[in-house]
Amino acid sequence: MDNSLEISETPHLRVRGLNVYYNGHHALKNISLDIPDKKITAIIGPSGCGKSTLLRTFNRLIDTIEGVKVKGEVMIDGVNIYDPKVEVTAIRRKMGLLSQRPCPLPMSIFDNVAYGPRIHGERGRQNLRNIVESNLRHVGLWEEVQDRLHKPASELSIGQQQRLCLARGLAVEPEIILGDESTSALDPVSSKKVEERFLELKNEYTIILVTHILRQAKRLADYVVFLYMGELIEHGPAAELFANPKESLTREYLTGIIS
Amino acid sequence: MNWRKIEEEFFLVMMRLASLLILAAFLAIMGTVIYYGLPALSWEMIFSAPKGGFYLGKEGGVANAIVGTFYLACGATIVSLIIGLPVTLVLNVFLKRGSKLAEFIRFSFDVLWGVPSIVYGAFGFTLMLYMGMRASLLWGIITVALVVLPAMCRAIDEVMRMIPGELQDASLSVGANKCETAFKVFARQALPGIVTATLISFGRAAGDAAAVLFTTGFTDAVPTSLAEPAATLPLAIFFQLGTPFPEVQQRAYASALILTALILLVSIAARLTGSRLSKYVIK
Amino acid sequence: MASLRKIKERLTCSAMMMLTIASGLLLFVISLGLLLRSREILEMKPIMELLTSSVWKPGRGEFGFWPFIAGSLWVTLLSALLAVPVSLLCAVYLSEYASRTVRAIAGPVLDMLSGIPSVVFGIWGVLALVPLVKDYIAPMTGRFSSGYTVLTAGIVLAVMIVPLIVHVALSVLRSVGNDLRDASLSVGATRWQTVKLVVLRKAVPGLAAAVVLGISRAFGETMAVIMVAGNVAKAPKGLLSPAYPLPALIANNYGEMLSIPLYDSALMFAAFLLLAVVIIFNIAARLILKKMENIR
Repeated sequence: MDNSLEISETPHLRVRGLNVYYNGHHALKNISLDIPDKKITAIIGPSGCGKSTLLRTFNRLIDTIEGVKVKGEVMIDGVNIYDPKVEVTAIRRKMGLLSQRPCPLPMSIFDNVAYGPRIHGERGRQNLRNIVESNLRHVGLWEEVQDRLHKPASELSIGQQQRLCLARGLAVEPEIILGDESTSALDPVSSKKVEERFLELKNEYTIILVTHILRQAKRLADYVVFLYMGELIEHGPAAELFANPKESLTREYLTGIIS
Repeated sequence: MNWRKIEEEFFLVMMRLASLLILAAFLAIMGTVIYYGLPALSWEMIFSAPKGGFYLGKEGGVANAIVGTFYLACGATIVSLIIGLPVTLVLNVFLKRGSKLAEFIRFSFDVLWGVPSIVYGAFGFTLMLYMGMRASLLWGIITVALVVLPAMCRAIDEVMRMIPGELQDASLSVGANKCETAFKVFARQALPGIVTATLISFGRAAGDAAAVLFTTGFTDAVPTSLAEPAATLPLAIFFQLGTPFPEVQQRAYASALILTALILLVSIAARLTGSRLSKYVIK
Repeated sequence: MASLRKIKERLTCSAMMMLTIASGLLLFVISLGLLLRSREILEMKPIMELLTSSVWKPGRGEFGFWPFIAGSLWVTLLSALLAVPVSLLCAVYLSEYASRTVRAIAGPVLDMLSGIPSVVFGIWGVLALVPLVKDYIAPMTGRFSSGYTVLTAGIVLAVMIVPLIVHVALSVLRSVGNDLRDASLSVGATRWQTVKLVVLRKAVPGLAAAVVLGISRAFGETMAVIMVAGNVAKAPKGLLSPAYPLPALIANNYGEMLSIPLYDSALMFAAFLLLAVVIIFNIAARLILKKMENIR
């Protein structure tokens, strides 16, 4: 398939020999894979298989947990992010995170989006206003909130909050968007809106989603990674992997024998 | 009526009696303070300092102690907030989740919380003598700040521990560092808790007597600088109740009423403000 | 720009870490400070003699702490005896039986009771309890008493520690899962049987910790006790004799501690003794509570 050829040629994120130990428990076992550029990659697998852990190693949020040891390399733009010389905040800036439950910061809608740019030194009022507007438009929230930008973010509905969080992530101009079960706390309508954003955004960003909903992976993903008990069982272009999985474990998972 | 019904009824009566007994004790204390304090209260009592010595002089009021208590409690609360807020932010943001050091420090605050104020007083006194200084408002503030620090930290920490980990993730993942996350996000999310903790600590500081006894001294004058000794309401009660003169004892009664009213007001304020300030708080 | 931000973070970060470590060491520093100050007397006298001798004559260099230790034990144990049953009954009532309205009243009342400063408890003791003991209770036993007695101090302390015990006991009882109560009720147990056989059994260690915390609070309480205990340096013989607990000893005599040789060291030893007991009690109670799902 020419599609698969294109994918393997331009990886955005390279993982090589990645091992994660959590208080002696071997949570991720020797994982090597390439995440394609400007595509949606879905990480699937039964709960507790290490999906979220893998995602958290990509932006080093895994550092905030006591007793975790990471071995191996995660390369982005040719730089190993676990290199001690690397600036963590710069790495994290390259990746927007959309967590499971929407998590607005305790401030106004405007300040939520402006939070990242301000931290990275943007002070101009007009610039900030432009950044906020364009990113809120980007996630389709501008129309809904433009006349109450300075109201607390906590007053938005859950679905709106999740899109606000997406806008907040985009405002620091990341290259990659990480989604950790980003729709699982939302109602079907909001869920659909967020999925539509993902499909639009993949033209500009590399998107990595963790999901336990197989159908969502089928709807969105160009590339699929299947994890089981901390091991990388199979990965490949979505169409191929869903149509004829090579490994029996993958087949069993896809047909619902293991879950 | 079978036996198990009788048993239940018996214990229910006992439980109600016990609860009523506690209520009665509370009312008795308030009643005593009001019964003796109210007749002793007057403008002169509130606005003038004792004349002719607090132990012997029959004229004047307790303005020295009111002002002293206010200075001391404000000072001690501010100092302990300046120490306590960074410490709780470190516990909840800087240290990793499940950190052993954080666990140890939380435990040590739990234990410190149980240390009686006289021990802090003796320690502060020792330190003060070691530095060759004398009892003053400054030393009172330092010592009482230590007394209220554990309560302050525990109260703020309790609120910060409730903050979900995702909030920290959200801030870090746009490239904020830990400092920015701590002060811009955590401190803001915990604001209602911080205000409540501050008010609780203020109440404790205002009511403390044992630590103040060693380090703050007592004087008839209204304090004008940190280096002077200062009078406080609890000690005004303690010293003036023991005199043989009824006129002086009046000052103790009035002090008790003022102090109790102050502390109850602060405690009610703590309950109310907690809910008022939660506008930006994410639930 | 970026490097300035980084330097700022480094500085704040290390300052805050230092503050945290320092406050973590506070307990240790206080203990060490008091221990160093009491070294002088510990070098002069064997510790057993200090603890068990009853002769307290600082002017002649005789420092027997027994009267004060005995005084502390009397008032503390009496207060526990009075406060524990009342507090536990009240806690069980509030957690298992009380209506919403009762709880809404009880919460603030307990809060306010625990917020009342100890001198105010003291003034209540002096104005209300001392005359009661002197004029009514002592004459009933046919004895004369000044009213400043172990009994008075015990009652005042009991009222002071009730809110603490109730508070901790309540959080312990709340930590017992509702599924456990449901399970018991659904096999046809009455509410009291459920409380007695399931809830209390599960809560026993935590309730014990609540009691230990209460006792340790009573043991260290100073101002209220000093005002009502009588302060006679003799081991009490009964409920109606005066007592002179350790905290009262320290607070009453710090003024002249520098004028008599060894006196300062003796008083700091008393403070250290107090601290040691309180630390042991608190550590024990906190460890139990930590085991029970992190109750504070």
